[in-house]
Amino acid sequence: MNKQVISVQQLNKHFANNHALKNVGLSVEQGEMVALLGPSGSGKSTLLRHLNGLVCGDKTVNDKPSNGYIEVLGVPVQKNGKFCKTVRASRCQTGYIFQQFNLVTRLSVLQNVLIGGLNSTPLWRSLTGRFTLAQKQQAMNALERVGLADFATQRVSNLSGGQQQRVAIARALMQQAKIILADEPIASLDPESSRIVMDILSDINKKEGIAVVVTLHQVDYAVRYCPRVVALKKGEVFFDGPSEQLDEGTLAALYGSKVTPPQSNKSKTPVPQLWAQTA
Amino acid sequence: MNAAAADPLSPPRTSWFTLIMWALVIAVLSWSWQGAEIAPMKIVKDAGNMAELASDFFPPDFKNISYYLEEMLITLHIALWGTLFSIILSVPLGLMCAENMVPAWVYQPTRRLMDAARAINEMVFAMLFVVTVGLGPFAGVMALFIHTTGVLAKLYSEAVEAIDPGQVEGVRATGANKLEEIVYGVIPQVLPLWISFSLYRFESNVRSATVVGMVGAGGIGVILWESIRGFMFPQTCAVMLIIIVTVSLLDFGSQRIRKLFI
Repeated sequence: MNKQVISVQQLNKHFANNHALKNVGLSVEQGEMVALLGPSGSGKSTLLRHLNGLVCGDKTVNDKPSNGYIEVLGVPVQKNGKFCKTVRASRCQTGYIFQQFNLVTRLSVLQNVLIGGLNSTPLWRSLTGRFTLAQKQQAMNALERVGLADFATQRVSNLSGGQQQRVAIARALMQQAKIILADEPIASLDPESSRIVMDILSDINKKEGIAVVVTLHQVDYAVRYCPRVVALKKGEVFFDGPSEQLDEGTLAALYGSKVTPPQSNKSKTPVPQLWAQTA
Repeated sequence: MNAAAADPLSPPRTSWFTLIMWALVIAVLSWSWQGAEIAPMKIVKDAGNMAELASDFFPPDFKNISYYLEEMLITLHIALWGTLFSIILSVPLGLMCAENMVPAWVYQPTRRLMDAARAINEMVFAMLFVVTVGLGPFAGVMALFIHTTGVLAKLYSEAVEAIDPGQVEGVRATGANKLEEIVYGVIPQVLPLWISFSLYRFESNVRSATVVGMVGAGGIGVILWESIRGFMFPQTCAVMLIIIVTVSLLDFGSQRIRKLFI
């Protein structure tokens, strides 16, 4: 019914002797907010990096040519372990959020947001740094959206982790991304900043109606913000379904042991009970 | 019984390897001593000559000071353009020497080319350029340009190899092309170091520019060479003093500027 925005077929990836992704298949539709869960080393970040063409899948599987294929927003990203020519076209439409923010720390906040506009800027303008007034205005609007318009002229290195992650989201907004992939966006943040970042991502998902795929290692965040959960274990899709179906047994099998399902299981609205007082 | 077993707390013995290495170091040093014909006694024996030569230098003769200053200024001009040309060329070459920017078939040949440019001293290049472009400051500019490019490209590439790849990946993930990745992801990270290296090379090029003149490549080196050859030691002394003062002032100034960028 809905348009498919991510399609992954038979993706395999080896790092030396470690089989990081085993025949992974995944399909995400327009407007979904999906959490990728799994213990460390389960391949969730690796999968996300493949989606943006930052890593290429295996060329051969068991000595036979691979059939791995990834398509994002209808644009081929990689096929049979080789990047497609359209990989950059696909990246242009994809906002990617990193755990370590990956902002250019010596540039100002505004310049970092403007980097999101590079792909729609003629080369002579981008190489000389001559962004148009309209682009700067658009960047300021993006910063306003994440609540950092006052910081536009500051150097990124002066910002806190949570603020930097919001700048990264503003960069994705500047791209006018049609899908957002977020790789552990809150793993390096304190609880309050985590809540703000997840709220913004959720807000973009709802208002713009664009799909958001986010890898997380906190189950409670996944359940609170994401209606759908995909869990990876040792490189294989272990669970794929509505987050309410994540019960104690599934989580125990996923993480090995002793993970209690969060109480907020039933309340689907993102109510941050724990931090309600500080907010 | 326990004492017979290796005591874990006993300090490790000096190994044979260490002793052999020391013997080797001493052997190389004494071999070089003979090769370089070092004879400290000569200094003592010929102390009279030295004192006589030194006394010939004083008092310095500043009669032609305006001419000296003019030529010193030309030396600075040589150093400035020699450095600037090499900075311009070192930006692409430095990136082409960095193994995190280009494949091995690009950086290996580029590095060897830069090794060659670096291995040959400015003086040698100056002599060659005097032959090709004639006597005068331009030969000096070219000599400094070639040698300094070899040095700066290597220094630049080392800075590039030490960058945080995550920042570049962040730019790449937005769909930027390779050139934009470099301009927005790499250059901002290395710029302070690049500026510092360039200023340092300018300092040392001012020093080098004073000697490339000796082979006819213009500037104060020409006067220096002429006056030494003509045994005009008071003039030589004046020129040397001017060089010392200029180089010290520049070193001091550029050190202050470099501190702003680090």
